[in-house]
Amino acid sequence: MKGEMPFERPLVELRQKIDELKTFSQERDIDFTDEIARLEERYKKLEEEVYSGITPAQRMQLARHAQRPTTLDYIQHIFTDFIEFHGDRLFGDDLAVVGGIAKLNGVPVTVVGHQKGKDTKDNIVRNFGMPHPEGFRKALRLMKQADKFRRPVIAFVDTPGAYPGSAAEERGQSEAIARNLFEMSNLGVPVICIVIGEGGSGGALALGVGNRVLMLENAIYSVISPNGAASILWKDASKADQAAEAMRITAKDMLDFEVIEEVIPEPKGGAHRDVEGQARFIKEAVWRHLEELRQMTPDQLREDRYYKFRKIGKFTYITR
Amino acid sequence: MLKDWFPNKRKYATIPSPNSKQRDIPEGIMNKCPKCGHIQLSKEVEKNLKVCSSCGYHLKLSARERIELLMDEGRLFEFEADMISEDPLNFPGYQAKIEQQQAKSGLLEGVITGEGTIGGYPAVVAVMSFDFFTGSMGSVVGEKITRAIELATQKKYPIIIVSTSGGARMQESILSLMQMAKTSAALERHSAQGGLYISVLTDPTYGGVPASFAMLGDIIIAEPGARVGFAGPVVIEQTIRQKLPNDFQTAEFNLSHGQIDKVVHRKDLKPTLVQLLDMHAVKEGANR
Repeated sequence: MKGEMPFERPLVELRQKIDELKTFSQERDIDFTDEIARLEERYKKLEEEVYSGITPAQRMQLARHAQRPTTLDYIQHIFTDFIEFHGDRLFGDDLAVVGGIAKLNGVPVTVVGHQKGKDTKDNIVRNFGMPHPEGFRKALRLMKQADKFRRPVIAFVDTPGAYPGSAAEERGQSEAIARNLFEMSNLGVPVICIVIGEGGSGGALALGVGNRVLMLENAIYSVISPNGAASILWKDASKADQAAEAMRITAKDMLDFEVIEEVIPEPKGGAHRDVEGQARFIKEAVWRHLEELRQMTPDQLREDRYYKFRKIGKFTYITR
Repeated sequence: MLKDWFPNKRKYATIPSPNSKQRDIPEGIMNKCPKCGHIQLSKEVEKNLKVCSSCGYHLKLSARERIELLMDEGRLFEFEADMISEDPLNFPGYQAKIEQQQAKSGLLEGVITGEGTIGGYPAVVAVMSFDFFTGSMGSVVGEKITRAIELATQKKYPIIIVSTSGGARMQESILSLMQMAKTSAALERHSAQGGLYISVLTDPTYGGVPASFAMLGDIIIAEPGARVGFAGPVVIEQTIRQKLPNDFQTAEFNLSHGQIDKVVHRKDLKPTLVQLLDMHAVKEGANR
């Protein structure tokens, strides 16, 4: 199995056994058909068990999987005519964020997204998908351009978080994120965000203020990484799994909290098992939402987005 | 200085006594500056607006003290004074922690909002308090600030937010994060209507608060020495494996990096706000 996770180990072992038996029966010309069929049956059951009982911590591992498809992978499969644009016109070009224009079923759209690397070398170039202020400002520039030319915005969210470095602070990391939240809320075009992997805190939200926020089944979204939370709350970063549980970071949780509108299913074992299939699922969902949003006027879109976020929060009043 | 007159040499060896703790400053009477260690009478510190007379360090003010300092006659017509947190995630230990923070700070939540006048000019004001849950932003803080902004927009009043925060409230996870979008969107509307927003940054303001409303002021003022940033210095030092300069993320650092408009001493804060409000006041019948 390609890029197996530790919890998938029993499946891999069983698959190996089945394969061995098959070769053995061929070599020795002994009929094991019944035996093989029984094992295949058991495999199916085990598969069901493994993937239905998948824990938040395991989803977190899947969301961070080295082979997890990235924004550019999906762009390639979902859109046509993609032209990448660069730079924030202020400081530089942050490769942890990509963006440009493309066509979705023939409709011109602006695409932006966090970009993680495919391997270590690429990850160094992409800074592991952790933007500096210029990354957020590049995305903002492209989104404002979309607004001007009345193009919908499709934003892919996949970052461990905004980069916590001194240069980032000097150039106004906080302001860059805040400005995106401020400006995105005012775009007069449809904005659809898809959390495809890690939705890490403010750095994720800076591309996440959409009319519709969709999320892949194994993606996660949280205010702080479970590792960070564990080390702050319990002074023990190794309790990340526990924190992942307590913090409610899964797509299903986001749906319950009405933070997202839809969970996009993943193939068994995760998006990396079938990138094209996954892209098809995303494209179908995005297009469906876009068709709805395209009926709305710019003011209706602003209003819709405002109330989507306006209503989030749980509070009560003291009774004395 | 007086101490220069006395030789520094000890005549006798001092043996640290096991009771040395008892020689600590009695609670409440004396105050030791957390920065320079200067010890002075608490009464003196209060008189000096909680600014150290030796090094100029601005000690933290509670929300109530800040309101006393800024509002005319210390008066604020408070909004949503009875709004409190729920425990939406059923997070281990959260409910108990809220109760403990309430008892400790005498506040129900991390922000006080309301309206009043400053130098005779009406304004909606939100003041965060570090002594409640390190000023962390959860649903209540986000909701109260959003409502305050919306009311300011509606009444065509300026909004002034005095920030201090350790970041988003982890125990409310994603709901805390979304308060950033909610407050920022409300400010966008306020701004689009021509409303004024003055952000006052106080020590310390980190994480989700500067990454949303605190850095979105038309005018951003910080108290001297106030540390403001997205990531905390410990996290950054771990990331870059370098020691950060002493003044990193201070108000003065942010000023020199173009992130804020002005550093204003606490004693000048109210006069500065009055001046700003005066210059933005809409005169009846005036051409805008």
